[in-house]
Amino acid sequence: MIWVDTIVQGILLGGLYALFAAGLSLVFGIMRLVNLAHGDLIVLAAYLLLVIVTMLGLHPFVAALVATPIMFAVGYGLQRHVLNRVIGPDILPPLLVTFGLSVVIQNALQEGFSADSRRMPAGSLETASLPIGPVTVGVMPLLTLFTAIGVILALQWLFYRTSLGRAFRATSDDPVTASLMGIKPQRVFAQATGIAMIVVTIAALYLGTRSNFDPSIGPARLIYAFEAVIIGGLGSLWGTLAGGIIIGVAQTLGAAINPEWQILAGHLAFLLVLLVRPRGLFPRATD
Amino acid sequence: MRAHSYTVSTRTRTSTYAAIVAVCLVIAAAILPAFADRGLIQDLFFIFTMLVLAQFWNLLAGYGGLVSVGQQAFVGFGAYMLFGAVILAGWNPIAALLLSGVGAFVLAIPTAFFAFRLQGAYFAIGTWVVAEVVRLIVAQWRAVGGGTGTSLPRDARDAMWGVEWIETVFDVRASAARDILAYWLALALVVATIGGIYWLLRTKRGLALAAVRDNMEAAQSVGVDAARMKWAVFLIAAFGTGLAGGLIFLQNGRISPDGAFSVIDWTAFVIFIVVIGGIGTIEGPIIGVLVFFALQTLFADYGSWYLIVLGLTGIVIMLFAPRGLWGLISDKSGIQLFPIRRRLSGVERAGPSSSSMEE
Repeated sequence: MIWVDTIVQGILLGGLYALFAAGLSLVFGIMRLVNLAHGDLIVLAAYLLLVIVTMLGLHPFVAALVATPIMFAVGYGLQRHVLNRVIGPDILPPLLVTFGLSVVIQNALQEGFSADSRRMPAGSLETASLPIGPVTVGVMPLLTLFTAIGVILALQWLFYRTSLGRAFRATSDDPVTASLMGIKPQRVFAQATGIAMIVVTIAALYLGTRSNFDPSIGPARLIYAFEAVIIGGLGSLWGTLAGGIIIGVAQTLGAAINPEWQILAGHLAFLLVLLVRPRGLFPRATD
Repeated sequence: MRAHSYTVSTRTRTSTYAAIVAVCLVIAAAILPAFADRGLIQDLFFIFTMLVLAQFWNLLAGYGGLVSVGQQAFVGFGAYMLFGAVILAGWNPIAALLLSGVGAFVLAIPTAFFAFRLQGAYFAIGTWVVAEVVRLIVAQWRAVGGGTGTSLPRDARDAMWGVEWIETVFDVRASAARDILAYWLALALVVATIGGIYWLLRTKRGLALAAVRDNMEAAQSVGVDAARMKWAVFLIAAFGTGLAGGLIFLQNGRISPDGAFSVIDWTAFVIFIVVIGGIGTIEGPIIGVLVFFALQTLFADYGSWYLIVLGLTGIVIMLFAPRGLWGLISDKSGIQLFPIRRRLSGVERAGPSSSSMEE
């Protein structure tokens, strides 16, 4: 029975990883940009939420509503004024700029908030749990998984049912032809990064209420997100969810055997998938 | 048109002078321990080892197009190979240094096998994952201290080849003698690295490498085996990075998984050195490491602020001067200290006036 419990916990943890990964996947899908600062932006959003919670005395879920437009603006501005300048066939400039950004965000947070680990209080939600069949699951982890599914549904809808989504797909296929049709790729990219930052804020909400965080944990979140994206297959949002769940289950199984093996087990699961299915489980894009 | 009346050369007058100056500098550096105090020797050791790491990362990213953020895997693994051989097998640390390079080389084979399955930017994070895996596995290795790390045994440090000789010749204590020995090894490594990379880039292989970086399809169409070039560059860089890692922690005397596999120390700093100096040139990392050392000496006490400034400098350079400081200097003056551009001279007089051609 303990194994069933472990696997269920792993699936729920996977929801959190899928949230980390969805923003990364979105940005890569539209502009082939891998943002090495993605994990640090999640941590930045978590600190933003913490500031709103402490200063305004709001519940974290309400604070997320306040933080969303701010993070959208951060993403829009970052893309418009920095990243758009380096996007191109050469992958080196965007990688190095986002890597620099990662170091800057980490150390700026450390300067502003110290290296102490923080946590956002989420009231009674934190300890609430539900009995589901033979296992008991926490309400927060369950909510995380449902949110991840909701975010993916919303992104699917955005991509395939709205004119903005059509602009995203057109720009992704061919920015030059898209611009002939009156689309401004630069603006589309900025909007995409803005939306990715909304997803990042949602991820940060669950990161910050479920566990402790400190300025240095960003890179590890980037790695989990990246592993989920690759396992799922580039360009597949549902694949990303599956990838997150695989990492989550591997981690909880590893931790059940030996607590020191938790992170390692997740990485090994990733390498195993890379070995057997180099293009991921549900590949769609050919790049 | 008269046939074969031309010559192809890469050497320029500036590069000849540069070579003479370089030889003089190396000789001066070699005899420096006779005059300099220990602090200077340690500073130069740091500069030389960072320069070696930077040159190899530049070979990977600047020439091979392989942007790795996982080079700390080879620094750490090389260093741990050395500690393992000394502590568990009783090797002399100097002999174990070679094992650092060989160990990193061997590790690079499975790393490349996995990471080369990932394209472009994903390759970068793939190498990072491998580095994390190696760190987490090494942290389980209890015999060399597990997660907390360990020190080189005292008797092994005292038995290092050459230390006694340096003690008598320079009349210094054992600890200073060890620093001098490490300094000489670092000097030898940096000379071999720069010399070796320069030689490689001037050979046919180097030309193939530049062709792959500039346009893989075009390079393949003229018969360059792009995949083999990438493997070769990755393995060479791993070997050199592992050697440097072994040497750094040999001098340090203490090792821990977090220090040995630090992404900031062994990859972020190295990337900033190359980017600030100028990526894709041999001169760039040399300038970069001097700027980096100056920044560190001036601002290291400011902790996070120092890293923020370093990160911002890297971003600004990438945005506004993507070819770095050396790119700016070289564009203005046309100077190349390590030219690899092949120039055609002595073409028939009646022919077109342009007598040089790029690469």
